[in-house]
Amino acid sequence: MLSARTASLDSLRNQIASIERIDTRLRTVLPFHVPAIDDKLPGGGLALGALHEIAGGARGAIDCAAPAAFAAGIAARTGGKVLWCHVQTDLFEPALARSGLREDQVVFCRVQDEHALLDCFLEALSHGGPTAVVGEVSALKHLDSQRLQFAAEKTGTMAIALRRWRRPVDARDFGNQTCAFTRWRVTEVNSDPLPVRGVGRAKWLVELMHARSGRATDFCIEACDGQGFIHISSLLADGSNAAGHGIRRAVS
Amino acid sequence: MRRAMGSGAPSRDVPLALKGSDGRRRIITAADDLARQMGVYIGMPVAKAESIYSDLVILDADPMADAMALEKLAIWALRLYSPLVAADPPDGLVLDIQGAAHLYGGEAGLIEDVRRRLADLSISSMVALADTWGAAHALARFGRQVVQIVDSGKAGEALRHLPVEALRLPPEMVPDLRLLGLDTIGELAGKPRPPLTKSFGPKLFRRIDQAFGRLNEPIEPVEAPELIRIERVLAEPIGAPETIQKYTRRLTDRICLRLEEAGLGSRRLDLHFMRTDNRIETIFVATAKPVRDARRLAKLLVDKIETVDPGYGIDKMVMTAAFTEPLAMKQTLASFEAPARPDVEDLWDVLANRHGSDCLYRAVSVATDIPERAVRRVPPTSEEVGSKRNALYRRPQRLYRKPEEIKALAVLPDHPPRAFTWRGQRYAVACADGPERIRGEWWVTDREKGKVRDYFILEVESGERFWAFRTGDGQHADTGGLKWYLHGKFE
Repeated sequence: MLSARTASLDSLRNQIASIERIDTRLRTVLPFHVPAIDDKLPGGGLALGALHEIAGGARGAIDCAAPAAFAAGIAARTGGKVLWCHVQTDLFEPALARSGLREDQVVFCRVQDEHALLDCFLEALSHGGPTAVVGEVSALKHLDSQRLQFAAEKTGTMAIALRRWRRPVDARDFGNQTCAFTRWRVTEVNSDPLPVRGVGRAKWLVELMHARSGRATDFCIEACDGQGFIHISSLLADGSNAAGHGIRRAVS
Repeated sequence: MRRAMGSGAPSRDVPLALKGSDGRRRIITAADDLARQMGVYIGMPVAKAESIYSDLVILDADPMADAMALEKLAIWALRLYSPLVAADPPDGLVLDIQGAAHLYGGEAGLIEDVRRRLADLSISSMVALADTWGAAHALARFGRQVVQIVDSGKAGEALRHLPVEALRLPPEMVPDLRLLGLDTIGELAGKPRPPLTKSFGPKLFRRIDQAFGRLNEPIEPVEAPELIRIERVLAEPIGAPETIQKYTRRLTDRICLRLEEAGLGSRRLDLHFMRTDNRIETIFVATAKPVRDARRLAKLLVDKIETVDPGYGIDKMVMTAAFTEPLAMKQTLASFEAPARPDVEDLWDVLANRHGSDCLYRAVSVATDIPERAVRRVPPTSEEVGSKRNALYRRPQRLYRKPEEIKALAVLPDHPPRAFTWRGQRYAVACADGPERIRGEWWVTDREKGKVRDYFILEVESGERFWAFRTGDGQHADTGGLKWYLHGKFE
């Protein structure tokens, strides 16, 4: 009875996939190697050849510092060259190395406006040379996201749209529907206290707000290490949120 | 002013002039800076110059050699800057930099580069950039500034006050115009045309219309004989983008065969479209490394076809490998594995040709502690050094270009602030790390001598982590003014 149901479910999934033109069996994923997160993602990791959106919560929607580090960790682990497209001038490139993105691995592309940025983003994805392309965009129309998604699908390059806005009110845009496979929001929270004075390892509240055929959920994690891996915060090893543990709710 | 060069030339501290003839008498045709300071002017009779300035060295001018040198200079500019370059005798070059300036960081950047390289060849130059050949010619020779960039559509205003000689008129026409009291281009342009055309011929107002951009004047590009160049004359004028693409691909295939025979790869490929109305449209692609792959070059060129205006049709296409480098044959291994990822260098070329080569860079770390100087931008194709330096230091993801002043109070000399105010909002500091003392690099500039910045990592109660510094060490007044600044934001 149970196996019959799973079989019919499987055939239904394959049918949907064939409508979506994607062969899910061929799709490879990039696991976080954190079971609590990987279990919540379809296929057990972040899909390669797909668009993922990452934004910051609260003030992070403007400076986009934590999302940049999170994206750098993911991009670094794809293994090949990474193209990082940006418009604003405040990216401090050396800092990405602490998230695992070595200076030899990443090429930056700084252009004048978002239009040119989307063009570079799309061109790099459809070329397929880099293994991951990161673009810092503010507005991402549904049509643009569709293009990015299709281009990524064809070449298997991972596309990461870092959403950042000039004003906090514009961050409302993040709720609008796009073609992204997953949508994340990364918010800085207080680091775990050290036994001595000082600031500990950076800690984030990572909200998986949307995952295609997955479930929305959130985690409290420690920032990427030198190889780009994240870890579940040692204080909350089960990955759940302890209520009110220094967490700001993000603007929505 | 071009200087006679060569091993046998007189030394630099001797005033030098060149003599020639204008048909009736022998005059000075060129003089160097030293001679001009003494009072020698161009057009001065040789006998007069010889009698007044006894130590002046006067050599024979060689107009033929000058023209040939100018032609060589034009080919030099063709390779470096733009596919449309022509000599503008006797003493100038004209470059069409449409679509070429972005490779040098804009128009000003290109001009700066031209002047620097000419100065390296010990050629002083005057440069003007305008909408038309005529206007640029006039402003470069008769304008007041050494470098003048005239905005699009402003050429008329800039020309108005220049003398009529600036118009490239036949030399005998100028005194006659002066006689009529027409000294400047503005005065001439405002006059009714029929009477003047009757006495001076149609050339006068054609030059004015060319300078003001009402008449179009094609630049016939200089041809370098040793460059690989192929052309295709079309039986019927073509205009549809698909057709242009088709012929572009065919030409690229042919030129790649020629390049292969010569063992060369193209660094810059120019494609000229001769239109039926006598205008020349040009596109070009530059690559970071020599390329001979026809598909790759064709893709880059096809990318640019949308910028070509075919007008009433194109009847001839000329493709030139303007800049080539040796490229050896490479043997590719047949592989049973899945094809590898496409070469990223191809992508860098595509992006650089679209958005300018300075938009792409790799950030190489520099051995300095001052964050503003910690990054050097190198082209993406440059050698990988494998530096791990960046991973050692805790540095913010975002670094503000200009540190922002904050209001903060802290116990001297080395305590972090308890709270600070930034952009009108107050932040209470939960924990802090520091100070990390960074000293000014006195060996770079004198102004930084003895200056100190004490950096702190501040984690505020809401969880955000900032990078702030205080100028001065809190003990010696000359190390800084004890002001607090916010410099970055951590992840």
